[in-house]
Amino acid sequence: MSITYLEAIREAQYEALRNDPSVFLYGQDIATFGGAFKATKNLSKEFPNRVFDAPISEDAMVGMAVGAAIEGARPIIEMQFADFSSIGFNQIVNQAATLYWRTNVPCPITIRLPSGGTAGSGPFHSQSMEAIYAHYPGLVIVTPATVEDAYWMLLDSVTLDDPVIFCEHKFLYYHLKADQIGDRELPIGKARIARPGRHATIVTYSAMVHEALRAAEELQLDGYQIEVVDLRSVKPMDTDTILASVARTGRLLALGEAFPWGGVTAEIIARVTTDGFHLLDAPPMRLNSKDTPIPYHPNLWKAHRPTTSTIAAALRRLLRN
Amino acid sequence: MYPVALASSINCVETDLTADFRDQFLLTYQHMLLSRVLEEKLGSLYRAGGRIVGGVYLGKGQEAFSAALGVQLQKGKDIYGPLIRDQAGRIAFGEPIIDTVRTYLGAVTGPMRGRDGNIHRGRPKEGHMAMISHLGSLLSVVAGGLFARRLAGTLADSIGATSIGDGGTSTGSFHEGLNMAAVEKLPIIVSIANNQYAYSTPNTRQYACENLVDRAAGYGIEGITVDATDLASCLKAFRTAVANARAGGGPQMIVGTLLRLAGHGEHDDASYIPDKARQGPSARDCLQVAEDFARDRGWLSSAGLRELNEEVRRNVDQTVSKVSKEPAPDPFKENWQALSCAELVEGQHEA
Repeated sequence: MSITYLEAIREAQYEALRNDPSVFLYGQDIATFGGAFKATKNLSKEFPNRVFDAPISEDAMVGMAVGAAIEGARPIIEMQFADFSSIGFNQIVNQAATLYWRTNVPCPITIRLPSGGTAGSGPFHSQSMEAIYAHYPGLVIVTPATVEDAYWMLLDSVTLDDPVIFCEHKFLYYHLKADQIGDRELPIGKARIARPGRHATIVTYSAMVHEALRAAEELQLDGYQIEVVDLRSVKPMDTDTILASVARTGRLLALGEAFPWGGVTAEIIARVTTDGFHLLDAPPMRLNSKDTPIPYHPNLWKAHRPTTSTIAAALRRLLRN
Repeated sequence: MYPVALASSINCVETDLTADFRDQFLLTYQHMLLSRVLEEKLGSLYRAGGRIVGGVYLGKGQEAFSAALGVQLQKGKDIYGPLIRDQAGRIAFGEPIIDTVRTYLGAVTGPMRGRDGNIHRGRPKEGHMAMISHLGSLLSVVAGGLFARRLAGTLADSIGATSIGDGGTSTGSFHEGLNMAAVEKLPIIVSIANNQYAYSTPNTRQYACENLVDRAAGYGIEGITVDATDLASCLKAFRTAVANARAGGGPQMIVGTLLRLAGHGEHDDASYIPDKARQGPSARDCLQVAEDFARDRGWLSSAGLRELNEEVRRNVDQTVSKVSKEPAPDPFKENWQALSCAELVEGQHEA
């Protein structure tokens, strides 16, 4: 008996619907069809009149969620792909994110973003949008890397009184399995040491946690112990855990799958160099995707994003400095 | 082809003028007058400088159309999403004018506490949505409130209503929101003040259909046009639409034809509006039209009007005077957090 990352997301939504009658699901093809990735499989059958097919209107989907939240509901909105949330961008950053600050009325909505690249998905079904949304005040951005986090952080997101952008990685949907969902260990906002080490720290999140762990294995063959910090949520970012890790290792590689300009990795470097410059034994490094749209062909796609081997190469450069 | 009824316009006739209609007419006229006098005061404060930072956006010429909707709604029951030129509608809905003045002056005592200003105000928990600047985006928010109520079984015969102008109908957000509201068959009034100009852009550069109300058929909803300078016809139109919506008739589009009798804001002299348009039938001042209508029927006397004017001006002056003495927001006392969950607010990473 095992459970995948995708099944954990489905189970969390089942639990959320079961726990609270004010929770409902709204998104394209999510009712009878069960969603493009089957993240809502059978939920419309188990919870009649709580799971709805939406018109292809990301802007209206988010706007309606904000209005529903004002009335006391806790909607979960499924974007079919994170990429399409750009159509709902205005409602997310201007309507949902400003509501509490402007009017003192909380906005408990959860927007699920099937994120990140898989081979063959191309420029418009592969994007990582976390940095775009993290830039705006008033949003919580979670990026689970494990089956447990996919489950517990989604449940936690639904109970939070603030808008949550839930970035679930499509590459992990089927590949990542756990024997069972363990106990809730950490709240949103706390990072996790995914692997302890003492020669260098990789700070990363989402699917890149697993690439980082494989690179750390590779470096172990050379006698290096690499610490891997899984941020779990990029906003809030657990700066304390990052700084404590860099204090142990003296070296930092900030790793992300998103585009290189600005973004989460730049934020990590900025925080460590401003608050922990004295902890660094070498200039910190960043590794992101290339600065082009995300390519279609697997040969190009694999070269566009960081991989175990490019991460390992980056670590070797970092350790030489 | 759409049924003729969808593109027809609604006109008030003498047989509509029941005692109940007369009472609502006079009440709405008072809201319109209060709105006009309040906005004139805000305009003069703006021109005097210093008191109002940011712009002042007036609804002059749109009071009848705006208030005729607001007066049909029940505060505490219905959801209202007004837009820029809905001061009169907000008053008719039940917003106290002190909320307007406090928001324009940025008073910490107001609903927006100095965090947002002028027309960007509301009390969402009281059914008064606080518009953002992005046109069309409020439609789906109002629809969402109704959707949630239907799920919770609390909708009953409550409705939602939201306003927009000719320019706002060109946005994708407006289309998405209205289409969704139609698909979900929600009881929502969509009031379109066709005031001929979006800031300076004339309708010829805004849409290519004959009449905006023609679009109602495309959404599969009811639609009607009305001479928005004529309060009696506006009241009749919104009464009908609201009754339809409460009875389960789904979204109702009302297009009011009028001319904005002010600039986009007080910074704008509206020199782009040609004289011909200013002299046309849409340029009638709805407040004067309503006053004449009531006088002609003996509903208002000169003495009564004078008294009403004095009372309204006193009310406005006292409110402005009271708010002027209230404290401005203090940046050192401001709670600089955008999340309601304090434990998720990041520490201040300042250099």
